[in-house]
Amino acid sequence: MTVFDRLDALFPPDRVITDPVRLRTYECDGLTYHRATPMVVVLPETTEEIAAVVRVCAEFGVPFVARGSGTGLSGGALPRSDGVLIVTSRMRRILSIDLDQRRAVVEPGVTNLAITEAVRDRGYYYAPDPSSQQICSIGGNVAENSGGAHCLKYGFTVNHVLALEIVTPEGEIIEISEDDFGYDLLGAFVGSEGTLGIATKITVRLMRAPESVTTLLAAFQTIEAGGQAVSAIIGAGIMPAAIEMMDALAIEAAEAAVACGYPAAAGAVLIVELDGPSSEVEAQLAEVIAICVGTGSFEQRVAASADERAKIWKGRKSAFAAVGRISPAYIVQDGVVPRTSLGEVLAGIDALQDEFGIRVANVFHAGDGNLHPLVLFDDTAPGEGERAEIVSGRILDLCILHGGSITGEHGVGVDKARYMPRMFTDDDLDTMQLLRCAFDPGGRSNPGKVFPTPRLCGEVPRVHKGSPGEIF
Amino acid sequence: MDPELIKDCVHCGFCLPTCPTYVLWGEEMDSPRGRIHLMAQYNEGAEMTPEMAGHFDACLGCMACVTACPSGVQYDKLIEHTRPVVEREHARTPRDRAVRALVFALFPYPRRLRLIKPFTRLNRRLAPFLDRVHPTLGALAELTPPRSRSRPLPPLVRARGPLRARVGLLTGCVQGAFFPDVNRATARVLALEGCDVVIPPGQGCCGALSLHSGYDAHRFARRTIETFEKAGVDTVVVNAAGCGSSMKDYADVLADDPGWQRRAECLKVRDLAEFLVELGPVAVRHPLPVTVAYHDACHLAHAQGVRSQPRELLDQIPELKVREIAESAICCGSAGTYNLFQPQPARELGERKAGRVEDTGADLLVSANPGCTMQITAAMRRMGRPVMPVAHTAQVLDASLRGLGAVR
Repeated sequence: MTVFDRLDALFPPDRVITDPVRLRTYECDGLTYHRATPMVVVLPETTEEIAAVVRVCAEFGVPFVARGSGTGLSGGALPRSDGVLIVTSRMRRILSIDLDQRRAVVEPGVTNLAITEAVRDRGYYYAPDPSSQQICSIGGNVAENSGGAHCLKYGFTVNHVLALEIVTPEGEIIEISEDDFGYDLLGAFVGSEGTLGIATKITVRLMRAPESVTTLLAAFQTIEAGGQAVSAIIGAGIMPAAIEMMDALAIEAAEAAVACGYPAAAGAVLIVELDGPSSEVEAQLAEVIAICVGTGSFEQRVAASADERAKIWKGRKSAFAAVGRISPAYIVQDGVVPRTSLGEVLAGIDALQDEFGIRVANVFHAGDGNLHPLVLFDDTAPGEGERAEIVSGRILDLCILHGGSITGEHGVGVDKARYMPRMFTDDDLDTMQLLRCAFDPGGRSNPGKVFPTPRLCGEVPRVHKGSPGEIF
Repeated sequence: MDPELIKDCVHCGFCLPTCPTYVLWGEEMDSPRGRIHLMAQYNEGAEMTPEMAGHFDACLGCMACVTACPSGVQYDKLIEHTRPVVEREHARTPRDRAVRALVFALFPYPRRLRLIKPFTRLNRRLAPFLDRVHPTLGALAELTPPRSRSRPLPPLVRARGPLRARVGLLTGCVQGAFFPDVNRATARVLALEGCDVVIPPGQGCCGALSLHSGYDAHRFARRTIETFEKAGVDTVVVNAAGCGSSMKDYADVLADDPGWQRRAECLKVRDLAEFLVELGPVAVRHPLPVTVAYHDACHLAHAQGVRSQPRELLDQIPELKVREIAESAICCGSAGTYNLFQPQPARELGERKAGRVEDTGADLLVSANPGCTMQITAAMRRMGRPVMPVAHTAQVLDASLRGLGAVR
């Protein structure tokens, strides 16, 4: 009996993929820089099927990787050539909606936007909104603790997941919930990037749509002026639902892609969305406009209709892929800096552009200092890819130097594992390994991600302060 | 399969949720992103295996992905270049070859199509039997609409009132044979809006079916260009979405022959709704107290970008209400010959669409493509639901312009 025989017995033929040409279409997710053809792909439709596959993996000591829609930007769903890729894209049923309790239970392959679409006409929505929300899966959101523009006010995925059914790396089906006593396992699981198991049912919080939403587009000559406006808005005690900034290069790309009609000749645009009771929103809008004008904004537009608001957001949400229009290849970076250091870090990125002759377009969640520099390069020009890679890494160094972090919402995945030691000490990493090994002693669940050095859990991580028993 | 066009894809996945086959099966290789990956593999030397060919064959060519793509990937060109490679390198079974030969010997020829019309009622009854012979024959029998009387249109319909334009009308194959009333309504609407309408007799197929299936469309394209050049018109008006989109591509189709390419570029082709909005209304719109659901035909919305114009025309009619259909960007499964060659997924998509149409609670479905009309009607019939009446945008306008008060 081989792994293949066992999987063939579990699934009908059209849900086990072994044809080499088909397998290769799964070789990467949204990050194409890293590629590996999986040994086999399975398309389960139930929790029990996932558990059965995971048990087969345990039996044969084979690693497995879970994948939703394959839109991740850190290579979190990069397959293993010696492993099984478990694709949840056929598990896309919304199992229940309970508006009284304001929660919905969904399967992991359901897209982020599908949840909102299912309840929108009844005045509810699901708050986290990654730019890929029309396609990214909720299972992937849980794995990466995904954010989005509106996380400034409403928090990340971890703040909106109330309970999970998971398949552990041993193939057990368990439930964890925010109502559980004791350790916050739910908090540990969300954002664990597939290293602790696979979420198979997700209970999410539904939010009441705000009474009033208003979206302002403010144009500035320079990105510094835009940054000052951001600081001033937050400093004034206003908590917008979102504050997004794009620089000239990002605006150019978005304009080319979706003709979003941003003010011409702007060095930077700021998108500020305010929501809440109408009277509060109106008062805050006046204040925000005054702040923008005071910090040098030369044009302000307030969306007059839902269509106009959608158009403003379309420019922002298409920005990553839109960069494909102005550059043959690019790296989407994701770093965090304290809001107060925004100006210095941006100046540092400018200096890197000059030093390496590489263009960087900046798109960011300005309100919480989450930068998404897009490092542009021509993959056919010799050496340019390597230079872009260096610039991309140096940007993360800048973030760490200013007290920030190497990822805001895209996750560490395979792409940033090597940067982990720049941010964490060996002790930190070993402590994280202890948690990971508690769930996955065999090291089979998405190995090679997050941690810089592959380590089997058999090799007990170095423990400097007491034994594992004392820590847990 | 042009590597430059393939390179435009950044693998973001924004195309996935609008791809009908991804919606059905949730598999990477049956998504636009996956198919582009397969094209890249082919360029790198991978063989056109039956598996690979199957994924290209499963693509409806609806072009919803082109609309959804933020990176501007020209998937329309990519798949159009891929289909002839599939036909050349993939060996189909003799049965499949025979059925394909039958379809391509029948549909692009309006006269032959008219010959089978008398048998449509019999066809429907024979459908289960034909389905066992070959699923394509079953689908063919199921889709054919009931007979309709057709008197040929005159070669010229004169403008009412001052002359504003001289246009040619493409009568089409399926449109002409099965929906002659749509052509009559189109001619009347154009005439009432001040156009001389030239309807060249003996016009053939525009080549859409061949073009969208990887067969040679040069002959059809050249013949159509010649026909309308001789007619001496400013614009060729087309009322079938699939035909309009392929005629707008003639310059591309004939790119290997500069003389013909130039002639193709000189041919001004417009969809009926697009043309009427550009022209602006002069005829009086009479009230039509009816609620309609407007269906976006893929070759109109995605391939030609014509979305607002038909809605604008419908909105101009007093007392008429337009309702939107949920998931309007997703194909109904008709897609040219798709419902003949891939009947199973086409049926699933048809039923999905029919359900969404019913949910609108409208009295009438407005569809500007004969393929979609047959597909959605057949799905409603199959589901045992009351079949919602379907009209073309031209028929709704015609009823309003003539003050008929209600559409039948």
